[in-house]
Amino acid sequence: MTEADIRKLACELLSDIAPDTDPASLSGDKDIREGLDIDSMDFLNFVIALTKRTGIALPEKDYPKLVTLDGIVAYVAREAQPSG
Amino acid sequence: MTDFLMPSLGADMESGKLVQWLVKPGSAVKKGDVIAVVETHKGAFEIDIFEDGVVSELCASEGDELPVGAVLAYLANPGEEAKPLAKATEVLPAPGAAPREAAAGMPKETICPEKKVADTAGLAPAARLSVTVPAPRAKVSPAARRRARALGIDPDTLQGTGIEGSVTLADVELAAAKGIRAKAPFPTEPAVRRRGFDPTEMRQAIAAAMSKSKREIPHFYMSSTIDMSRPLAWLEAFNERTPEERLLPAVLLLKATALALREHPRFNGFWKDGRFQPADDIHVGWAIALRGGGLIAPAIHEVDKLSLQHLMAALRDLVARARGGGIRGSEMMDPTCTVTSLGDRGAQSVLGVIYPPQVAILGFGRVLTRPWVTGGNVVARALITASLAADHRASDGHAGGLFLAAIDRILQEPETL
Repeated sequence: MTEADIRKLACELLSDIAPDTDPASLSGDKDIREGLDIDSMDFLNFVIALTKRTGIALPEKDYPKLVTLDGIVAYVAREAQPSG
Repeated sequence: MTDFLMPSLGADMESGKLVQWLVKPGSAVKKGDVIAVVETHKGAFEIDIFEDGVVSELCASEGDELPVGAVLAYLANPGEEAKPLAKATEVLPAPGAAPREAAAGMPKETICPEKKVADTAGLAPAARLSVTVPAPRAKVSPAARRRARALGIDPDTLQGTGIEGSVTLADVELAAAKGIRAKAPFPTEPAVRRRGFDPTEMRQAIAAAMSKSKREIPHFYMSSTIDMSRPLAWLEAFNERTPEERLLPAVLLLKATALALREHPRFNGFWKDGRFQPADDIHVGWAIALRGGGLIAPAIHEVDKLSLQHLMAALRDLVARARGGGIRGSEMMDPTCTVTSLGDRGAQSVLGVIYPPQVAILGFGRVLTRPWVTGGNVVARALITASLAADHRASDGHAGGLFLAAIDRILQEPETL
């Protein structure tokens, strides 16, 4: 999965959760909770969907690394590498 | 014979549009079955029925805008013969309840004169004429209907792939992808309201209900700061599992509130007919912000009896349905007390406005790490401000303080929740 693929997937999942927004137009370093107006339930649903699609566990303690698109891309890219 | 009436889906509802019948004369129904879809300024709701029986007659037609309390259908109770009543000459029974002030403000032309209207103030009982049952058409889920409207598609013309051929959200999206549009431009209705969710109307409805609350309910307010370190540490350990099994802090707040309501029942119930009427069950209204603006607070039933996992599932389901369509009428009518939680992006505290005829609303602010004194030392702790707005006709500050203290005590034992 390339970084572009991960970003595309993340945007797709986020637009499912916030259907009235365009995540792809959001700056990569912007807090997605602020930028897309998503709450903790939305965020958890996003984490669930991302885990299903990538197979990566996304423990709760790593949530702070997942609050921007850039952060999500970096995290998933790193975790997806075999035996890191 | 029972009248099935246009339900009041909250103190702010004056009328609703019958969008769709999901039954026809002769249909056997059980308590809890969804038999109609009604649209209000807060969106489309699935209306469930409160008793078993057989539909003997549909009085309202799809598309009718009717006041709260108007008869939509007759239901033959078990043992009764389910045949249509005599037509044309039957005159309305006197309304059992006092006339609703809500209906008085309705423009008269919004009430079809040939329709039987049970309980509208100022309207003479009308003789009921026979009503033609509309030709059966595809079932359309509320979410699909809403999406179709946004896309300018007539959902009733689509081929459904859902249960019993019902049109689902996916069918609508597929139609949109194929470039299908409504045959005619979507009718702009000169009627009382535009179809579906309308932020302006929702604001007006909230204003009406909250003005009534502030006008009639002598609110009093109290708040307490609760140390959340223990419950959040417990939750952090609990959540070391797959995302699907994780809980949100909101679930702990909800359950603790429900258990505290069990100990302090004077905050759980309604102010009706000049007195407090305690509720038998604890159905907590959960305030959900809608993405288009506005909010609704449908009930989660018997919160005190649900495990945290079940409560989380119920909460997730409720939020999804509130935003996507598919909240049931009963869920709008049932709350016995409301909780509003601002979540992790909210303000430090909220003082709620009671939703009549309830007598209390609990507010939880955002969890913030702030200074806290324990054992003579100032320490940094995760704190939450819990507030209570309550009806002074039903309770007082002494009881309110004990109620808030009970929530705190229960939260400090998260493993027992």
